[in-house]
Amino acid sequence: MIELPAAAPADVIVAEARAADVGCFPRPDQYLDLVRAWHDDGFELCVDVCAVDYLEHPDREVPDGVTPTRFEVVTNLLSMSRRQRVRIRVQAGDEQPEVASLFSIYPGSEAMEREAFDLFGVVFSGHPDLTRILMPEDWEGHPLRKDYSVGRVPVQFKEAPGPR
Amino acid sequence: MSDPTVRVAERPDLLTAETSEGAQELLARTATSPAELGREVGSVVHLEGHGFDPSDVDIERHDDETMILNMGPSHPSTHGVLRIMIELDGEFILRAKPVIGYLHTGMEKTGEQLSFVQGGVNVTRMDYLSPVINELSYAMAIEKLLDLEVPERAVWIRMMMSELNRIASHLVWMATNGMDVGSTTMMIFGFRERELILAFFEKTAGLRMNLNYVRPGGVAADLPDGWQDDVTVICDTIEERSYEYDQLLTGQPIFRERMVGVAPITAEEALALSVTGPLLRSTGVAWDLRRTMPYLAYDEVDFDVIVGTYGDNFDRYAVRLNEIRESVRIVRQCVERMPAGDYRSQDPKVTPPPRARIGESMEALIHHFKLFTEGFHVPAGEVYSAVESPRGELGCYLVSDGGAKPYRLHVRGPSFVNLQAIPLLMRGGSMSDAITVISTVDPIMGEVDR
Repeated sequence: MIELPAAAPADVIVAEARAADVGCFPRPDQYLDLVRAWHDDGFELCVDVCAVDYLEHPDREVPDGVTPTRFEVVTNLLSMSRRQRVRIRVQAGDEQPEVASLFSIYPGSEAMEREAFDLFGVVFSGHPDLTRILMPEDWEGHPLRKDYSVGRVPVQFKEAPGPR
Repeated sequence: MSDPTVRVAERPDLLTAETSEGAQELLARTATSPAELGREVGSVVHLEGHGFDPSDVDIERHDDETMILNMGPSHPSTHGVLRIMIELDGEFILRAKPVIGYLHTGMEKTGEQLSFVQGGVNVTRMDYLSPVINELSYAMAIEKLLDLEVPERAVWIRMMMSELNRIASHLVWMATNGMDVGSTTMMIFGFRERELILAFFEKTAGLRMNLNYVRPGGVAADLPDGWQDDVTVICDTIEERSYEYDQLLTGQPIFRERMVGVAPITAEEALALSVTGPLLRSTGVAWDLRRTMPYLAYDEVDFDVIVGTYGDNFDRYAVRLNEIRESVRIVRQCVERMPAGDYRSQDPKVTPPPRARIGESMEALIHHFKLFTEGFHVPAGEVYSAVESPRGELGCYLVSDGGAKPYRLHVRGPSFVNLQAIPLLMRGGSMSDAITVISTVDPIMGEVDR
């Protein structure tokens, strides 16, 4: 089990998930403070920021005290000195997901946050350049959302369109 | 735009005000926010958290004395469809911004439509120069969720194939980098030696690239008869020729002129930008997941983590050249110590039965049918597995809801993240140095855009 750094917000929920992966579940307003606390505690590298759309699983399993929302932002931090990883899962909201940008702490999170914005529509407040990164600028919608359907190309010589 | 008489040059904010057109691009400085401007000139918020230095952003030149130039998306030296917008003062780069997405094919979305069995075909095409390592990180994530034990022989085969793939990938890097600095000889040499490895891949997996060789639970096929001889020949040849590359390039004045001291990056800057792989190691940080967070059997083999000192182009070249030799060392140990046994898990839920069993066993037929129609179910949960790809930390974040397809598949591509170092590396350099910067960062666009 991992110890929260002393500077972390007091009531962050820590849970040990499967496969020895440790997760912290801060509220969106605690997120930035928690990441800063981890950063000051020796987690030098922000490995990954990504989002998950839990549209199909509104009542999924989360630790007690956490209210699951549709969008979740998952941040992976790495401490090279301690050879340890920590995963932070923020419940970002249902309709208009928004969390704070980590740019002021880890400038390297910039592209990853842009990607999460582009593909999920999660707004990262305080991000310097929150524009689409993978999709064209005039694209409508956020393709990795679960209510964004997969495009189908009619297949020649077949009656029904396949599952893809 | 509502008023056609207003020229965009006078009101650059109009570019983004009414349409989103141009929003991703490098805009005039007056239209760019200070924080974004800081990023484009490569100013890095340091780890102490002071915020960027405003004097870094201050560019004294007027907008009309500089030139914003497009490099790419289709340019021979951008290694694919990378587009970099550069603001130039004469020949020197004031700021730069990579614009990506030209190769975006929605592979993460595709991954959600394919079952865990089929998914390997998808991920192997992301970083097309290191397919085995892509598959490995994906398969390891599934195995973590399944809590599946992989036979020892499969572990060693995976390790050997990963290292061969790392050599092949670094050889392509040597080749293209040689091309970028004007050595067509190195171009030919690199691809010539890589062909040996691809031929061995073809012999083993049936395909030269995009192998889909590493499967959940093991590998697709056992090593072919006489593989020891093939691999030993590859090792001998490449080790010997790596010294030829050394002779060809390392001391060569033109090459050194382009590489030594050009585009340095410090360890602090690299860490702040989340840079990993040879780019980070060239700054002297000995961070290699194979050593620091061992997976497979890397804790049982003997190899050195190569680090540089100055973090310049030359260090990045030297790190990669020496990593080829270290990988050869690992492959030789794999040949010597390859354990006997199964090359894939014998769990019938994840491994298809041998063809001969299908005719005689009802269970085998059922398992075979289930596996290739529906696929196997993976317990609900989320997992992050990371491996060291030739370009840095390749992570796979997998969320399963208990079904036969991933609920969410996210790949943390090292090239995608490393690309953020480009403004920093390019700043202040000349246009010709920009070519070597792109080259030594080594972005693979398939993985950047996914």
